[in-house]
Amino acid sequence: MQTEFTEDQEQFREVVARFLQDKSTPLSVREMMASEAGYDKDVWRQLCEEVGVAGTHIPEAFGGFGFGSIELGVVAEEMGKHLYCGPFFSSSVMAAYALLNIANDSSKVKLLPDIAVGKTLATLVLDSLNSPEAVGRQLVVANNSLSGTAAMVLDAHVADLFVIVARAETGLGLYTIHAGAEGVSVDLLETIDQTRKVSRVSFKNATVERIGHVNSESLDRTWDHICVVLAHEMIGGAQHLLETTIDYTKLRYQFGRPIGSFQGLKHRCADLLMEVEIAKAATHHAARCLDAGEGEAYAASMAKALAADTYMKAAREAIQLRGGIGFTWEEDTQLWFKRAKSSEVLMGTPAIHRERMISMMEQQS
Amino acid sequence: MADLQAFREETKSWLAENCPKGARGPGEVHTGSTKVTVSADTQAWMEMMAEKGWTVPMWEKEYGGAGLSIAQTQVLFEEMSAIDARPPLVNMGTRMLGPTLLEFGTEDQKKRHLNLIARGGAAWCQGYSEPGAGSDLAGLNTRAVASGDEFIINGQKIWTSGAQNADWMFCLVRTDPDVPKHQGISFVLLPMDQPGVTVRPISLISGSSPFCETFLDNAVAERRDLVGQLNEGWSIGKRLLQHERSGQGGLGPSAARSRPVGVSVDLGVAEVGLSYVGVTDGKISDPALRDEVVQWKMQDAAFKATQRRAGAESQNAKAPGEATSIFKLVGSTLAQDKQELIVKLMGNSGTGWEGAAFSKDEIGATRSWLASKAVTIYGGTNEVQANIIAKRVLGLPD
Ligand SMILES: Cc1cc2nc3c(=O)[nH]c(=O)nc-3n(C[C@H](O)[C@H](O)[C@H](O)COP(=O)(O)OP(=O)(O)OC[C@H]3O[C@@H](n4cnc5c(N)ncnc54)[C@H](O)[C@@H]3O)c2cc1C
Repeated sequence: MQTEFTEDQEQFREVVARFLQDKSTPLSVREMMASEAGYDKDVWRQLCEEVGVAGTHIPEAFGGFGFGSIELGVVAEEMGKHLYCGPFFSSSVMAAYALLNIANDSSKVKLLPDIAVGKTLATLVLDSLNSPEAVGRQLVVANNSLSGTAAMVLDAHVADLFVIVARAETGLGLYTIHAGAEGVSVDLLETIDQTRKVSRVSFKNATVERIGHVNSESLDRTWDHICVVLAHEMIGGAQHLLETTIDYTKLRYQFGRPIGSFQGLKHRCADLLMEVEIAKAATHHAARCLDAGEGEAYAASMAKALAADTYMKAAREAIQLRGGIGFTWEEDTQLWFKRAKSSEVLMGTPAIHRERMISMMEQQS
Repeated sequence: MADLQAFREETKSWLAENCPKGARGPGEVHTGSTKVTVSADTQAWMEMMAEKGWTVPMWEKEYGGAGLSIAQTQVLFEEMSAIDARPPLVNMGTRMLGPTLLEFGTEDQKKRHLNLIARGGAAWCQGYSEPGAGSDLAGLNTRAVASGDEFIINGQKIWTSGAQNADWMFCLVRTDPDVPKHQGISFVLLPMDQPGVTVRPISLISGSSPFCETFLDNAVAERRDLVGQLNEGWSIGKRLLQHERSGQGGLGPSAARSRPVGVSVDLGVAEVGLSYVGVTDGKISDPALRDEVVQWKMQDAAFKATQRRAGAESQNAKAPGEATSIFKLVGSTLAQDKQELIVKLMGNSGTGWEGAAFSKDEIGATRSWLASKAVTIYGGTNEVQANIIAKRVLGLPD
């Protein structure tokens, strides 16, 4: 198993970072938050055409670049740092991973190539974003007719294609339906984090196509894949908050000294650095486990839990160490703070992932 | 004791008879501002209580209070709680400036300002922080120059909570720039409605703007509104902070009802745990979260016990001292932890901001959680409280 990034991977990181530095500035993030779509179509097109992010991990046979979770993690980490707002996570990560892990081959051939180039925006509809065990209680299919509600679906308001996990008599299945089809309604929600838009999606006798059978193994694997990417995004965000906070403590003077010279704050910053480094290590390790197909089964849950706790801690410290400024709308810290909160609970809270991890360990022994 | 019982009976029946329905349960509280219109019930409730001197029950009668003892005040608050009556009037005048003036004010200042505060006729704001002087408050630069019967004031204040609705400001200003920083500061009172005062709202992380930048451009304070001696304002300003901190940490008579600024709903952690995490055999389903709930409960209960002990010990002391930093530090941390725990228990439902998809409690929880991030900053940050405790309470060297 790989233990550090290769030169190619580092170069790839550079490319993504440079692009985002330019196109995903705090100013543009604020614009996206205030916009209905929540993303800039031109920037997304360029990201797909020039950097090729949407198909990073999709096999060449399905129109992608055939890299793995490591490279996808590189993209996500940089996106987290720059708080990129766009359909990468919903379409390329969530929907594409569900298709890759669960769909039959003919559907992969049919659907993935357009997702891999960012032409189709897909999103994964799950009726629980808490844990794989809780999926399949709200959305029910009978005779290819789907009914029920998913309380939170990422980017549903802009998606072209819904990839859905729902319960049928024969067990859980994977289904698709196009946006705008009869019986589908999408309500954009106002959540605290406007950098990532979510909607409530309801189906009423909507005609869906069944494209695969879901078993607990394939759903778990999909969940793990998504969580590891999310963990990368979170450590990227945490890293950003750490860096900007350290910078601030060097610049802000009180009592005639930079506040970073007070031992109380020095220790806080040092603690935060250690936490971020540990969460990063766990996250990078989890991606390597997935790509190598070996390592601890719980690596993904461990990464998600650690990254989420670390991101929230970094966000809290970022505000506290800025004093009054940190609490204002004008200061950019709040943007990352809000993303940290929404990511913490997305795909399972740290508590759920800790439980999942210990359960896996118990089953193994 | 018998007297107290009689007082309780009287109070109980007076409250039952007079407290309007619209002044009970959660809702708006009068701030005394002349610039804000409140509901008829809120207005009537404030006026009736002011009539009895019960907006500031412990102040002497001549200053608008009722001259109640601590024990009587306790009874009054208990009886108000029993019928879920809201406080009739809460602002920086009742909680912070009033007690400070009682201690340091001239007779003229007490007569004019305390009476106005007590009958809800003015809202106050706090002109302490400046862009360059936050934790290092004594580093403030706003200049006041004496000129005849007036002080002419120039400078900028920031984070002035409620400045947009305030009628008066108590303000720390530099009156002597040539002496060590703590020795050249004075404490003055000035009206907000004058050409020299401009306020500009600052938007908060939550989108609302309850605080402002305040620009002082040849603003005027009357000489008779200098509190204490010239250049001796620092100790007065600090005393006021102790009143502020004791309120925030939950000390003082209104403790039972005080909530951090901006925290709009008062949910119980155990109740939220049961309804959002789920129930198994009557218990919160997730043992780890259940443990967190009980840990918070334990800390909270122990904190309240500590407050009661400290309250009993300081019955004789007139005003709170340096130890209020302990209560500010613990109280604000607990308040913040509570909001953090509540949104955690709510999971995805704890990210709602607006709209019908989330319940009122859920939206309130998210907003309160965000607002609670400020309690460890305002009134002196937690780090600064820890410094004060280390230096003043423990006597640790610099
Ligand atoms: C919601 C809200 C309402 C407020 N209302 C008012 C108001 O009405 N009137 C008013 O005058 N002010 C008000 N304030 C201002 C508040 O008092 C200041 O924000 C606070 O004192 C901190 O000052 P600062 O923001 O300049 O932060 P800074 O002093 O710059 O502090 C930044 C960080 O450095 C830390 N730090 C600074 N010095 C030390 C040290 N020696 N050792 C260790 N750590 C240190 C701080 O703890 C903090 O974490 C309000 C603030 C908020 C958030």
